[in-house]
Amino acid sequence: MAKTETLNRRQLLTALLGCQVAGSVGCSTLRLPPAGELQHTRFDIGHLVRDGVAAELDFSAHEQVGVTIVGGGIAGLAAAWRLKRAGFDDFVLAELESKPGGTARGGSRNGVRFPWGAHYVPVPMAENESLIQLLTEMRVIESVADDGSPVVAEEFLCREPEERVYSDGSWHEGLYPGHGASEEDLKQLNAFRMEMDRWADMRDASGRRMFAIPMAMGSDDEVVRQLDQMSMKDWMNDQGWDSPRLHWLVDYSCRDDYGLPPERVSAWAGVFYFAARIVRSGMGSQEVITWPEGNGRIVNYLHDSVQENVRTGVGVFAVAGSQEAGPCRVAALDAKTGKQVGFRSEQVLFAAPQMMAKHVIEGFSESGRDVSGFQYGSWLVANVHVQDRPVDEGFPMAWDNVIRESRSLGYVTATHQLGVDHGPTVLTWYYPFADVEATITRKQMLQLGWADWAEVVLADLRLAHPGIDDLVSRIDIMCWGHAMIQPSPGFVWGPERRAAAEPLGAVHFAGTDLSGVALLEEAFFHGVRAAEEILAVRGIVDRPVDLTRKD
Amino acid sequence: MLAVATCGLIYELIAGTLASYLLGDSVTQFSLVIGVYLSALGVGAWFSQYLHQGLARTFIEVELALALVGGLSAPLLFVSFAFVQWFQLVLFGSVFVIGTLVGLELPLLMRILKEHLDFSDLVSRVLTFDYIGALLASLLFPILLVPYLGLMRTSLVFGVMNALVGLWGTYLLRPLLTNRGLSGLRGRAFLVVGVLVIGIIKADALTTWTEEIILGKSVVHARQTRFQRILVTNDRRGFQLYLNGHLQFNSTDEYRYHEALVHPVMLAAQQPKRILVLGGGDGLAVREILKHDSVETVTLVDIDPGMTEIATQFPLLRELNEQSLTHEKVTVVNTDAFVWVGKQHEPFDAVVIDFPDPGSYSVGKLYTTFFYRRLRQIMKPDALVSIQCTSPLVAGQSYWCILRTMEESGFHVRPYCTSVPTFGVWGFALAGLRAGIDVPPDLTRIEQELSYLNEEMISSLFELPRDIYPVETEVNQLNNQVLVRYYDEEWRGKD
Ligand SMILES: Cc1cc2nc3c(=O)[nH]c(=O)nc-3n(C[C@H](O)[C@H](O)[C@H](O)COP(=O)(O)OP(=O)(O)OC[C@H]3O[C@@H](n4cnc5c(N)ncnc54)[C@H](O)[C@@H]3O)c2cc1C
Repeated sequence: MAKTETLNRRQLLTALLGCQVAGSVGCSTLRLPPAGELQHTRFDIGHLVRDGVAAELDFSAHEQVGVTIVGGGIAGLAAAWRLKRAGFDDFVLAELESKPGGTARGGSRNGVRFPWGAHYVPVPMAENESLIQLLTEMRVIESVADDGSPVVAEEFLCREPEERVYSDGSWHEGLYPGHGASEEDLKQLNAFRMEMDRWADMRDASGRRMFAIPMAMGSDDEVVRQLDQMSMKDWMNDQGWDSPRLHWLVDYSCRDDYGLPPERVSAWAGVFYFAARIVRSGMGSQEVITWPEGNGRIVNYLHDSVQENVRTGVGVFAVAGSQEAGPCRVAALDAKTGKQVGFRSEQVLFAAPQMMAKHVIEGFSESGRDVSGFQYGSWLVANVHVQDRPVDEGFPMAWDNVIRESRSLGYVTATHQLGVDHGPTVLTWYYPFADVEATITRKQMLQLGWADWAEVVLADLRLAHPGIDDLVSRIDIMCWGHAMIQPSPGFVWGPERRAAAEPLGAVHFAGTDLSGVALLEEAFFHGVRAAEEILAVRGIVDRPVDLTRKD
Repeated sequence: MLAVATCGLIYELIAGTLASYLLGDSVTQFSLVIGVYLSALGVGAWFSQYLHQGLARTFIEVELALALVGGLSAPLLFVSFAFVQWFQLVLFGSVFVIGTLVGLELPLLMRILKEHLDFSDLVSRVLTFDYIGALLASLLFPILLVPYLGLMRTSLVFGVMNALVGLWGTYLLRPLLTNRGLSGLRGRAFLVVGVLVIGIIKADALTTWTEEIILGKSVVHARQTRFQRILVTNDRRGFQLYLNGHLQFNSTDEYRYHEALVHPVMLAAQQPKRILVLGGGDGLAVREILKHDSVETVTLVDIDPGMTEIATQFPLLRELNEQSLTHEKVTVVNTDAFVWVGKQHEPFDAVVIDFPDPGSYSVGKLYTTFFYRRLRQIMKPDALVSIQCTSPLVAGQSYWCILRTMEESGFHVRPYCTSVPTFGVWGFALAGLRAGIDVPPDLTRIEQELSYLNEEMISSLFELPRDIYPVETEVNQLNNQVLVRYYDEEWRGKD
């Protein structure tokens, strides 16, 4: 029975990395780094929540608190930060994991900081006032220019060289594999860029950008909604683009931002990735803000500002009475004590993924809400500790290092932003699962242990660094189950997504999934927005940051 | 006995050091030498069992042979590196011979002692001595011997000690020796001592002679460190240092470069006390700085311990920089200046920046607004900085980009240049946090020590000819690194 379920090493590598890598492994002896561990997002309590232990609800010993925030990812933390800034302090934030931050968490070991998930934010445009506010508080933004665009401190802008790609046996500058490109390739690349510039410049009847970040500030015009009806792949083909290099670039970008191949990504999301980051034609993409610990820096900043209100290791498994008069009752499990805890609150700010909502919020489905269209992809992130830098052919190590022949997304160098170019570092390696679901089942995946994953990581890195094994001292692996919302065709502009952001009785919603795309800016936007809804309901007036659409 | 054990290890250390000096890659060379040496010890020990007659005599012969081979090993290796293609053969050959002889030495001694019980109280001492000897050798070697005697003399001195042990043996072991040939044995011992002593006296001449031969070849020294490839080459007129293929100086005219880099800032900073040197691991800028009496401390930050090691140990360079890096006022820090600058608090009076040209991103980061702003934090309000900034004639964009970047970082900047025959027209800048940088042309205190600058020249350094007038450039920042691109375009094919 188990035979058919478990995979041997070659099957595993073939499933995840393709035949080429698996083939090159041959019968070589298995070599693993001396140390490391495998972490999962908390399946135990997560399952508990999904399977609904609500039967044993005990609402007797409830804490009285004005607002309960469920989930301490960027959305939940942003909401907490926003409430605090309005002078409102009567809230708790319950976070399932032992550390806050969700998929934007960072870590550190032996003095080296590294991301565990999200690792960068493009410089926000003038319109994104609340994020500019936050980054200014963090002293990441130093000033604001006359046109409202932020000026970011040099040390936080991604240091050059930003990207390199390994292709045809050596490293090249930039992400586009331009080495050996034909005239036709370059012509199509140029046409593609001009098309993105065109989308960036276009305005709808109300003067809005077609694509803006947060996406709620962009247009909902028919032109963009039509894009959501087809896949990115089909849209590319419709443009008459067949350059393999261009397709590779788009494929990489889709997998990088959405964890999906272009045939499964909405063309709206595909174009959004490029066009939303261009202020005006000819200006190129916005520069990128990054830290050694990635967006963990923002997590830590937000967390520091609301620390006393945060309860970690507390998983909410039921929210009752949200559609009745009187306070909602929130039931949670404290992982440290194994005991139930509970809160009575006038409002609940639900900042956990929508797939949780139907299990947790009583009367959710009965209210007519349907969130089955919210599909989430899984990711593998490995922090590979190396004693020294690999000796490379071609362009030197950059921040983002991409291997063209690989199904992984390559790695980000943790010490790059510090200007440390020699000696030990950590390579944060990313792998989206979404495009392998056909070849390997979730059950098979869950059976795999640290050694299996470590071998996958090394096999992939060896493609570009044949001698990497000698340098690796440790590999820590994080399996992010159901971590990233998938902007499949039809989802972003479908009715479900937009309805999901509306409050349900006393429950207000936040989370990047409400935008259909997984971005810090979106999570932050929804957190702030939901917090402001609650402030309004409670009649708390401060000078709210203007987040309304520019009509 | 102590001498016996010490000598063995010292020869091995010499061979290892020499090999890594001459061939580069110290880890490989050292492990190879140690490997060969250890196996040779085994061979010697194994061989000793076949010796039955005249043990005492054999022991003395072994001592003398060891004295001669070991003592002459360093000169032999130097010379053969210059002359022969199969240097490695000579290297490992001599290590093997020395190892075998040392391997014979101890067992022989032990057997002599065992067969003649009247010496037995010595036995345990022999073993103790052996270990103490080894410890002593490994301590002495880097701390005392190499810095003070040099490799050549170290090897010869220990040869003499070996020979003296042999000679002493002829008296100590007199009862065990036959009369026949005794005087011959002593005669040989004296001869060996004589040869080696002459060697010691003539070591300097020998060094120069062998070095001359070595330098006759184009590559004198090559080493790949973790950070860069260091290469020393030589022609009839002088020697040159290259880092990653880029010429850093030529001994024939480096004084022009270094005097121009250092003295204007030292004069303008008015009796500076605390000096910071960034880069400049060759020690030549520090040599110039130490000519000023006001200087109390010099902190030199160079990323590459390999470079500062060569500057303190490689004879040619050590001589050229007048041992500046081992001067009591000087502290050498081997770390990335980019990171180091952010961690300092004590401000400096004057800063000399002598980084390599911005030919790569990891060097380019040291020329950014971010770096210069950090540097400002560790400069006193009146402090000044001088910086080498490539050739304004060949690479005008690069040159003016560096100055523009400093201005953007809040510095007032004065461009200046001079000509260095091997480099052509070379550019520098003098910068400070206050406007109106004045360089008083008063060289009275250091005049005798200068080979290039005179008082009339000081102000003319700052007069720019037409062909290097300012050009428009962007500001070099961490997130654009335009300088690396300018530099790459301007120097491509010209270096
Ligand atoms: C591998 C990876 C890389 C990424 N890289 C980037 C990037 O570079 N840039 C970028 O902008 N975005 C990136 N993203 C997306 C980014 O992480 C998200 O857009 C954003 O951080 C999501 O925040 P969130 O608060 O909406 O959700 P989450 O981060 O998912 O946070 C939800 C939180 O709720 C908690 N929770 C769930 N259920 C419960 C419960 N019942 N009770 C209590 N707590 C609960 C979870 O533990 C979690 O902490 C990446 C995502 C992944 C997975």
